Amino acid sequence: MEVIRSSDNDELMALCGGCCSCATCHVYIDDAYVDLLPVLSEDESDLLDSSSHRRANSRLSCQIHIAPELEGMAVSIAPED
Amino acid sequence: MDYVDVAIVGAGHGGAQCALALRQNGFEGTITVIGREPEHPYERPPLSKEYFAREKTFDRLYIRPPTFWAEKDVTFRLNTEVTAVDPAAKELTLSNGTAMSYGKLVWATGGDPRRLSCAGSDLAGIHAVRTREDCDTLMAEIDAGTRRIVVIGGGYIGLEAAAVLSKMGLEVTLLEALPRVLARVAGEELSEFYEAEHRAHGVDLRTGVAVDCLEGDGSRVTGVKLVDGEIVPADAVIVGIGIVPAVGPLILAGASGANGVDVDELCRTSLPNIYAIGDCAAFACDYAGGTVMRVESVQNANDMATCVAKGICSPQNGEDQKPYKAFPWFWSNQYDLKLQTAGINMGFDRTVIRGDVAGRSFTVVYLKDGRVVALDCVNMVKDYVQGRKLVEAGATPDLERLSDAGSPLKELI
Repeated sequence: MEVIRSSDNDELMALCGGCCSCATCHVYIDDAYVDLLPVLSEDESDLLDSSSHRRANSRLSCQIHIAPELEGMAVSIAPED
Repeated sequence: MDYVDVAIVGAGHGGAQCALALRQNGFEGTITVIGREPEHPYERPPLSKEYFAREKTFDRLYIRPPTFWAEKDVTFRLNTEVTAVDPAAKELTLSNGTAMSYGKLVWATGGDPRRLSCAGSDLAGIHAVRTREDCDTLMAEIDAGTRRIVVIGGGYIGLEAAAVLSKMGLEVTLLEALPRVLARVAGEELSEFYEAEHRAHGVDLRTGVAVDCLEGDGSRVTGVKLVDGEIVPADAVIVGIGIVPAVGPLILAGASGANGVDVDELCRTSLPNIYAIGDCAAFACDYAGGTVMRVESVQNANDMATCVAKGICSPQNGEDQKPYKAFPWFWSNQYDLKLQTAGINMGFDRTVIRGDVAGRSFTVVYLKDGRVVALDCVNMVKDYVQGRKLVEAGATPDLERLSDAGSPLKELI
């Protein structure tokens, strides 16, 4: 989430600042990387349920810590609800 | 004199989002944001949480990196306040004595921490938690050996600060004048729960205690004297007793407002070409039965900012716009407790508890005339997500099923 927010992109809201309390940093993950990510927690999954745009590769970007194995991962920002 | 198409006064969540949303909606005119603090817009909630606890550095709090704003052609005038507004001439007077004229004005100043008025309240060592500077000053004092901290006020700011400080191993006393903490915003069940949690974490939490004055050694605070004569020793005091909306210049200019500044359904004040958003804006809130009120939250500042940006960009001057009716939500993190609030509980006449209070995972559902108006969810994210749909739908669920945490809220609409 912080990486996206620090880029030129202006669309990610991330209103709660990354404490997994809202779902305004919802992104879609490049399929090749989905399995490399930390496991989806129940809280994160519940929050994603609040979006009508949830897909199988949906994640909250605040819950993904950038690690070397994610080099090259593309994400796209989900539409606002 | 400088002229800008849109002057935004206040560089907090609302001001930042307004500038951002103007550009996102295709606004090509000039935008200047006038901010009192030296920093570009940053998140305020972590000031009483992760930043205060030093789990996050300041550069992680920026709403956007400072360089981003220049790329979007948004100009900042920092360390600057607006001291006067002339709505007829469409001019601002700034604290450095210069003037600026505007096409549209967005007032997004939030509030100033309410200060104590009792004797001793001007001593050193008394802090608010509203700005980075407030936090940095207090943290520096802690580094220099401050151990005993008295928090005055049992609202969210005071409770969050107490949680962080007690986790640091400091000696924390929290004083609340009313019979319970969170009295202004939550039902008794939630208040009792948080009181017990803080006490279990070693906070000396006292309710129904009035402060008589602050004691000092001539320059610095040394204790808080209660009306019963007891003196609670303190190396530092945190005052968290709410905010005073920072609307002085607007009211002097003739804007209507008794508590903040009044705005209509498109966030317009009673003065032409002047909008107000966020903590300082009083509006008829649909989620509180149309009560005119201010809502102090990031969500509200952000959503009002977007509403104004759309209005300014609207070719029909907002006539094509939907009235502001964003769903109110809020969060508070204390210890390992994640509280999420949906809706506004104003005027509720009954509560229903779901889940396991002792197990620290439960929801308080607030009802009015049988309809769900709000929920406070503690470590119950599922209820928060599903419960907000009950509020939006004005659902009137069966109370027995509502009290059964095994019945998913989404089945009760």
